[in-house]
Formats: sequence, C-alpha cells, structure tokens
Amino acid sequence: MYKSLSAAVRDANQRGIPLSQLALETEADDQGRPVREIRDVLRRALTVMKGAVDRGLRGDLRSASGLVGGDAAKLVHGPKGPLADTPFRDILARALAVQEVNAAMGVIVAAPTAGGAGVLPAVLTGLATANNFDDETLIDALAAAGLIGAVVAERASLSGAEGGCQAETGAAAGMAAGAGTEMMGGSPDQVMHAVALAQQGTLGLVCDPLGGLVELPCVFRNATGAAIALAAIEMAMAGITFAIPADEVIDTMGDIGREMDVRYRETAGGGLAATPTGRRLARERLVQIKRGE
Amino acid sequence: MVSLLDIIGPVMVGPSSSHTAGACKIGLLARGLVGGTPERAKIELHGSFARTGEGHGTDKAIVAGLMGFRQDDDRIRNALEIAEQEGLDYKFEKTTLDEDAHPNSVRITLERGDRTAMMTGCSLGAGRVLVTEIDGFPVEVSGNYHTIVLVAEDIRGSIAKIASLLAEDGINIATLRLTRQKKGGDAFMVIEVDEYPAETVRDHIRALPWVRWAFRLDKVSA
Repeated sequence: MYKSLSAAVRDANQRGIPLSQLALETEADDQGRPVREIRDVLRRALTVMKGAVDRGLRGDLRSASGLVGGDAAKLVHGPKGPLADTPFRDILARALAVQEVNAAMGVIVAAPTAGGAGVLPAVLTGLATANNFDDETLIDALAAAGLIGAVVAERASLSGAEGGCQAETGAAAGMAAGAGTEMMGGSPDQVMHAVALAQQGTLGLVCDPLGGLVELPCVFRNATGAAIALAAIEMAMAGITFAIPADEVIDTMGDIGREMDVRYRETAGGGLAATPTGRRLARERLVQIKRGE
Repeated sequence: MVSLLDIIGPVMVGPSSSHTAGACKIGLLARGLVGGTPERAKIELHGSFARTGEGHGTDKAIVAGLMGFRQDDDRIRNALEIAEQEGLDYKFEKTTLDEDAHPNSVRITLERGDRTAMMTGCSLGAGRVLVTEIDGFPVEVSGNYHTIVLVAEDIRGSIAKIASLLAEDGINIATLRLTRQKKGGDAFMVIEVDEYPAETVRDHIRALPWVRWAFRLDKVSA
C-alpha cells in the first residue's frame, strides 16, 4: 500500500482514476487476491458498521462502567438545535451510536481503531443516506479511507498509546474527510486537501480516557471528530486548499505524538482523566466493574 | 507492509483495537506455541497494558485468545469465567520490560502437558500485533501469515531440507528467518507461509531428527 498520499494522488491523476480504485488495485496486487475479494471483505465491514449504527441508535445500551450510553438517541428524539434536520446532526448521532456499542463490548469495525470507530461509519453512511449513495459507492469510500489510514500508519501512528487521540479519532477524521470528499465527487487533489484540513484540526489531541476506559471522552470525541471531518469535506468541496501537504501534516502528527508526555497517551495519567471529577468517577466505576455489576 | 484491510478492520468486540482485539490476537498466537489451550498461564502486562488493561478488557481478551476465541467472538466478555470452567489457570502480573518495549506489551508464559513456552508480544494499534520474542530468541511475527516456528540443531542444510519438505506438501514460503545465539548452538527458525499448513506438515517437520520442536501459529489477520 502507499506510504505517501502525494504519490497516490499523482498515480491516480496520471491514470485518471479515483483514489478508491487505486487503493483496491494496489491492495489486490499486494495480497495476490482479486479486487472482488477485497471488496467482499469491505462489504462485510460495511454490514457490521451499519449494524452498529442501528444498534446504537436504539439507545438502550450502557457501557461496562455505566459512564456512557443513550446519548445517540437524544440526537434523534431530543430537542432541536441549530443543526436540526440536517445530515450534520444525523451524522453526530451515528458517531455516538457506534461508539456507545463499542463501549458496551459490542461488535464494531475498528476503522482505524476501536476508539475511533464511530467517525468513519457515521460520516460515510450519513452522507450516503442524505444523498442516496448505494453500497458499492460506500465500499469504494471505505477503500479510499483505508489507503489514507495506511499512509497514516506508515508515516505516524494509529495508536493512542503512541500518538494520543490525534492518532485515533484524528486519523479517523482524516480518513472520513478524504473518503467523504471522493464520495461527494471531489477529485484526488480535493481528497488530499480534505485529509490535511481534517488532520490539522486534530493535531495535539491527547488520549485521556477516564480510568483508561474507552468511554469518556472517547464517545464524544468521535462525534466532534465527525464534525471536523464534515467541516473539512465542506471546505475541500468548495475548492479550499491547505498549503501544507497532507503527508507533512501527517508527519507532524507523528512527531507531536512521539514528543507527547506519556500521561497523554492512553495511560489515564493526564488530561480529563486526571481532573478531580475524572479521578473520582474512575475510582467509583472501576470498583463497580470489579464487583461485576 | 500495511494492509488496507487491517485499517478497515478488524471486525471486533470493543472497546479497544489495541487493548482488546490486539490483545486477543497475541493470546491466539501464544496458544499456538503450546498447540492448544494451556493449563497454566502467567500473563505479565507492561506499560499501558498494565495501567489501563483492566478497563479495556485486555485481561479478558488475552485469556479469550489463549482459549482460541477470535477477536469478533462475543464470548470475550465472559472469557475469565469460561477459563475457570475450562480449567485454564491464569495469573496476571504487572511488570516493566526493557525500556525499548512498546507501551502495549505483554509477556506470556504457558504450560500445556510437558510443554512450556514464553512469548513477548505487543499491540501496535489498529489491531496489528507483533511477536518480538519466543523462548528468548528475538523474532518478528506479525500473524499476517500462517507461521511455523521451530528450534533445530544448527546443522548444515537445515533450511534446504525444511524448504523442500514444505514444497513437497504444497506450501509456499513467504518469509524465512533463522537466528541462533551462537555458532553450533540451537537455531530458531520462523517461517511465514501462504497456505495453511495442516497437522501433517507440522508432523513431517517434527519427524526430522534434528528438530527439537515445531509449532504452528495460525494467521490472525483478516
């Protein structure tokens, strides 16, 4: 798979194909499998993603600690805000839904990770619902997202323990922004700018879950990650470009991750986890988990 | 090499791809080293695994892997209770491995019958894992392939013999790495292969008089 988004965009432009097709052909070539088989694996991922969205939107799940759950449904049935009846609000609900399923030890697709698993299905299935895109279009979008994620894995990291939340929901926002831009008809260059625009907005984001549980703030960071992805898609589709190439923004994310204090890398030693309330809740909830409640 | 399917995947039980799915995969690989569900397991957690493992179900996921449950198996949630019913005697400890060790690392010591094995592995994020040490030998096993690991006396022609034996069984070698601690000492071979090597393949390798032991680690990626 590609290690540089610039190289991928150059090749896609040269051949006059979208990034998703380039991603599928490259993966098929790497693995010595036909494109059809790669699409089949992605089709199963899509099915699980849709299942997780639907499951979470029912609103009856609670996490192991009881800290999160039920908020996705509030965006469906709760009072209206400025984004009422827009795909934006629907996508926020979907992001919370998937992450609530994850926190309840339900089945999800780690894309790129479980902690950031809500962003990509929310943005892609939300846009597909609003625009009547079919499953084949969604599978293409997942392939494009996979290429972007692979570049991030090669150049930086996809692990909160290594790079903070910028490597999880941040990377997910970059993937969703790029894939969503292609789905909306953007060119490979626009996809690259969307990735850079999303990723720049999450630089420095720490991984600070209460008690180390993938619950709080993770569930909400998936919703805000999806919001950043949507902002990036909107800007890229409007023709806005970002002066620093996506590869260099990704490199920067990796550098920041390496320099990030260990307290901010999934150890529950800093950030929101270390606030007085964060510590108290973690203490109470972990005791609850040990009791098996 | 990063695969697109590792990025859009795995399909897994939450909540953490590194601390739940990756941990489960490490357990699955370790299980291969004793050829089945161990009777006893000492699991030493390092770094972030030690600090936040419990909340992520890392303990449940490793034990689930040791019992052969895959990362999308919803029995992971109840793995500790199931282990007790199945007679898997597990023990968790917190440890500090060397400072180069990845923050999500674990050392697992297993016993099954008269076989014991020790393995160190880490979870790299997005569900990708790497086994870094087996029985004191440094290795790099990703679990992206079916992998045969074996210890043999350091004799001439051992690689050629193993390669031709695999070829006869219709198995294509993807990578092969040989390490030894000293000249004439035991040689440790890690062979990643494209096709699934059946029990008979392993038995053919074990039948070689200079092979001390050989095990198969099943592929854990999509």
